[in-house]
Amino acid sequence: MRAYVIRRLLLLVATLFLVTLIVFLSVRFIPGDVIELMMSEHMMETQRGRQINAEAIKKRLGLDLPLHEQYGRWLGGVIRGDLGISLWTNRPVAGDILERLPISLELGLLGIAVGLLIAVPIGIYSAIRQDTPGDYLARSFAILCIAVPNFWLATMVIVFPSIWWQWTPPMEYIPFADDPTGNLQQFLIPAVVLGMALSGLTMRMTRTMMLEVLRQDYIRTAWSKGLSERTITFRHAVKNALIPVITLVGLQVPVLIGGAVIIEQIFSLPGMGRFFLDAVRDRDYIIISGVNLVIATIVLINNLLIDCTYAYLDPRVKYR
Amino acid sequence: MIQKEESMGRVHEEALAEPKRRSLLIEVLVRLVKEKPLGTVGGALVLVFFLVGILADYLAPYGYNEFNARAFLKPPSGQFILGTDNVGRDILSRVIFGARISMIVGLAGACLQVVIAVIMGTLSGFIGGRFDLIMQRVVDGWMCFPWLFLVLTIMAILGPGMFQVILVLGFVWGIGSSRVVRGAVIAIKENMYVEVAVAVGSPTWKILFRHILPNTMAPIIILFTTGVGGMILGEASISFLGYGIPPPAPSWGGMLSGVGRYYMTLAPWMIVWPGLALAIVVYGINMLGDALRDILDPKLRGGLGRYGVTRGRKKPPTDKKGHEKPGTKALVI
Repeated sequence: MRAYVIRRLLLLVATLFLVTLIVFLSVRFIPGDVIELMMSEHMMETQRGRQINAEAIKKRLGLDLPLHEQYGRWLGGVIRGDLGISLWTNRPVAGDILERLPISLELGLLGIAVGLLIAVPIGIYSAIRQDTPGDYLARSFAILCIAVPNFWLATMVIVFPSIWWQWTPPMEYIPFADDPTGNLQQFLIPAVVLGMALSGLTMRMTRTMMLEVLRQDYIRTAWSKGLSERTITFRHAVKNALIPVITLVGLQVPVLIGGAVIIEQIFSLPGMGRFFLDAVRDRDYIIISGVNLVIATIVLINNLLIDCTYAYLDPRVKYR
Repeated sequence: MIQKEESMGRVHEEALAEPKRRSLLIEVLVRLVKEKPLGTVGGALVLVFFLVGILADYLAPYGYNEFNARAFLKPPSGQFILGTDNVGRDILSRVIFGARISMIVGLAGACLQVVIAVIMGTLSGFIGGRFDLIMQRVVDGWMCFPWLFLVLTIMAILGPGMFQVILVLGFVWGIGSSRVVRGAVIAIKENMYVEVAVAVGSPTWKILFRHILPNTMAPIIILFTTGVGGMILGEASISFLGYGIPPPAPSWGGMLSGVGRYYMTLAPWMIVWPGLALAIVVYGINMLGDALRDILDPKLRGGLGRYGVTRGRKKPPTDKKGHEKPGTKALVI
């Protein structure tokens, strides 16, 4: 196990290196006319009459140096926790990201929680009552969850309550420290919308895995011992069936992060997603690359944790 | 010899079971209709969607950008079945023409995705060794980025437009899904007939095109089907965020954003119908894709596999001796 983890850590470093390379190159491939566009936008926006010319922007981006040197400088900054300074607001990107990360994290974790709370019970029910009307209903619901685009669902959730009951979700962010219940209330609906798509996938996975496990010999043994259905389901079957479900949920984290971008935008939550979208709108490439790097690192660490958890939970897995 | 043949795995058995490979598509269709009612319904929905997209000019009562004076924000009625938007355009016509956009993006994007996946996956799986190791690390790194982040980053550089959307989505997802093709190629490479082809001195290109690629058709069909659905949703998502296909083109995602959002409480029909169309089409494609996967990928079929078969990430299969190619170790535990 230890050797496995160490080997995975080494691979993580290698992949992380490639991630930095991808992020770095994506910014360096900005075509020249975009710099000119940035320049004109900046000139219009700069109120203090501070002139920004193409050379200054190029220097700011470090584009005047040879490529490997640019990369070295940038990587050195990244290792020290310096993701550069926003082209637009002149604030350090790392600080801004740290400010917004908890909001996205809260949304994501609540989304996963909601997804699991919906999916696992229904998935288990669907499996132990296979081919009954309840099962069909549950499976249709799962497919519905997957097919309905989350941005449409989110829009519907905003529109119809406001037409019918004049209720709109709060558009001002309530920090958790100020008002914990208000904060949770505010996050609840976005989290449910975010969790829907995840719950559809998880429901199907739970059902499939439960069905697999319920056909195993040891379950038959448990039945023949005269154990109750409840004991068999929860003590014998669910534990084994849920291991692959954990992996699935873990692998859905990147998808969830992507979905969170749209949800944050719709519900006006000032998280990473909105930060990123604003940066894309303003073509603030420093922020774009900073956010990309942070997100990719999170995903990478997440994948490592998932694999290690999996190896830990399932003793049959060989670590090679 | 006999021992070897026993250990050869499913792909070979399948190849033996289907001597005429050209009939694969037809056979799949027949089995789809016979065995998978829900998949058939999905397929029918997809067919209707394609027909609507192709025949949009004849089906739509109005042009997609045709302004009707004095018919602003009208609720659904006999004249405008799904209502009109803020400048008096017929929503039904826009939804119908939106099907065409979604269809083009879905098909073209999925084609590009499959082509990229096949090129990368085949090269990586067939050449193997250090090349494979490096390629797979690059794919690892690439897949660390949630697709929306990658797509928006590239769209910020390229600017909006249908062509760009297809290019970016196909490229981003093609690299990710090259894993599937690579896995299939590695499995097929271990088969006896490839060994025989090498032994009799077939040139490499012939082995690739005659023996390996035809046998990767099953995962490619699955990839393509799910790809179409993914592309349609992806296009809608980025158009919704305002970086996809710019107005006045009637993209379903775009209709849900911008002006649609501005008037959404006043004229909810402006945003209900495009989203519903999107959901129905994606539902149909998902059902079809699931059914095709059941038919084409016996390893995933409900009752057949043991617990161990579908465990974990199933992509890179082990070879016949039970260990993997060097580069794949990180993926499977």
